[in-house]
Amino acid sequence: MEKRRLSLIHNAYIVFLKDLHVEFRSRYAVNAIFLFAITTLTAISFSIGPIRLRSEILSPLLWIILFFSSMSGLAHIFVREEEQQTADTLRLLTTPNSIFLGKWFFNVILLFSLEVLIVPVYLAMMGVQVNSPGSFLLIIIIGSIGIASVATLIAAIISQASAKGALLAVLSFPISLPVLISGIHGTQLAMDGSTFAETLSDLQILFSFSIVIITLSLLLFEFIWRK
Amino acid sequence: MILDKSWWKYLLGLWMLLVILGAFLYAPPAKGLGETARIIFFHVPTAWLASLAFLISAVGSLQYLRTQEKKYDIWAYSAAQIGLIFAILATVTGSIWAKKIWQSFWNWDPRETSIFILLLIYAAYFALRSAIDIEEQKAKLSAVYSIIAFVTVPFFIFIIPRVYESLHPDPLINPEGEIKMDTRMLQVFINSLLSFTLLFFWMLRLKIETMKIYLKLDQSVSK
Repeated sequence: MEKRRLSLIHNAYIVFLKDLHVEFRSRYAVNAIFLFAITTLTAISFSIGPIRLRSEILSPLLWIILFFSSMSGLAHIFVREEEQQTADTLRLLTTPNSIFLGKWFFNVILLFSLEVLIVPVYLAMMGVQVNSPGSFLLIIIIGSIGIASVATLIAAIISQASAKGALLAVLSFPISLPVLISGIHGTQLAMDGSTFAETLSDLQILFSFSIVIITLSLLLFEFIWRK
Repeated sequence: MILDKSWWKYLLGLWMLLVILGAFLYAPPAKGLGETARIIFFHVPTAWLASLAFLISAVGSLQYLRTQEKKYDIWAYSAAQIGLIFAILATVTGSIWAKKIWQSFWNWDPRETSIFILLLIYAAYFALRSAIDIEEQKAKLSAVYSIIAFVTVPFFIFIIPRVYESLHPDPLINPEGEIKMDTRMLQVFINSLLSFTLLFFWMLRLKIETMKIYLKLDQSVSK
């Protein structure tokens, strides 16, 4: 039993490394997600100009940028396998769950690296004062795990459909609304300098949502993946 | 002969006629809300059926994944289609009432938000189905999506009331768990709920039978 569990993690890690290699050959997803985020950020910053916004508006804007940037790049992980016709080989090589975990981890890392760049730039460009940086970081981190989990699962579904690009956002939006609502609410509290205890309920929702989606993905992914 | 099998359909017609008459003539206007409260006899059943259809669709999807039998996919799809009609009806009736009482058609009250999310999920479900060509894939992937959507619903029940305050009247679903309604209103309301539910199952059965006939036709053509 112990050995099987280890091999699941190990195989997932190998799938992750493989995706990392393939990604750096073309850099498609990285380019898409980074450029999309920067374009949106510039558009927002440019249209608002020198006006200082309140946290009620700053927090939703940040999450809108993060959500739609993820929608532009996170589907690529499964769409690529279908487009380059490597999916069947992958099906033969390892178990569905290790594939899912590897690809999920790749998407989480991709979204994190986006945030490392975009969140400081956003804070600087919009002149945001974050009064509780600890809660702010935690909410962004756990929230993006939630978004990445939903996006990975939905990406697996839409990679087998036509009209892939538009579908990801349409299908992910209702599912990731809990993340968006409590993410926006929590980020706003953190910007205004609430204590950790006040943002705790948002963190709990974000955390439990991610756990539920990951568990559900591991249960359902086999049905999506097997032909 | 026809009368033997479908006697209940005539009875349902009569029943719903009585409900409509009762809603306007028998039930008294509610305190505070006045005559507009009569919408409860039509609005609440549609909202309830939209949720019931969503549940049936999720159960059908789960059964489909377990057994891979086509009939469960037909169940899930038909329930979603009829559920969408009732969700739209609930949204429209609620919105008209909100214009009268809250002075605006839409203001993101928690109940409005929930029905809107339900509409979004239904829309996404049909968008997904229309984007897949192979029948088995269509059934399987939309079943998975339906289950994911169903599992996220409890989150909304926790989140939305915390962020947004509700002005929605709560004579039935409230924290105290009491039914705050006039006896005559309650009589009409319960009859309306039951007759609408019966109507829903009739519609669902019709839809499922039609889908099965289509399926048979397709199979005989391809042979």
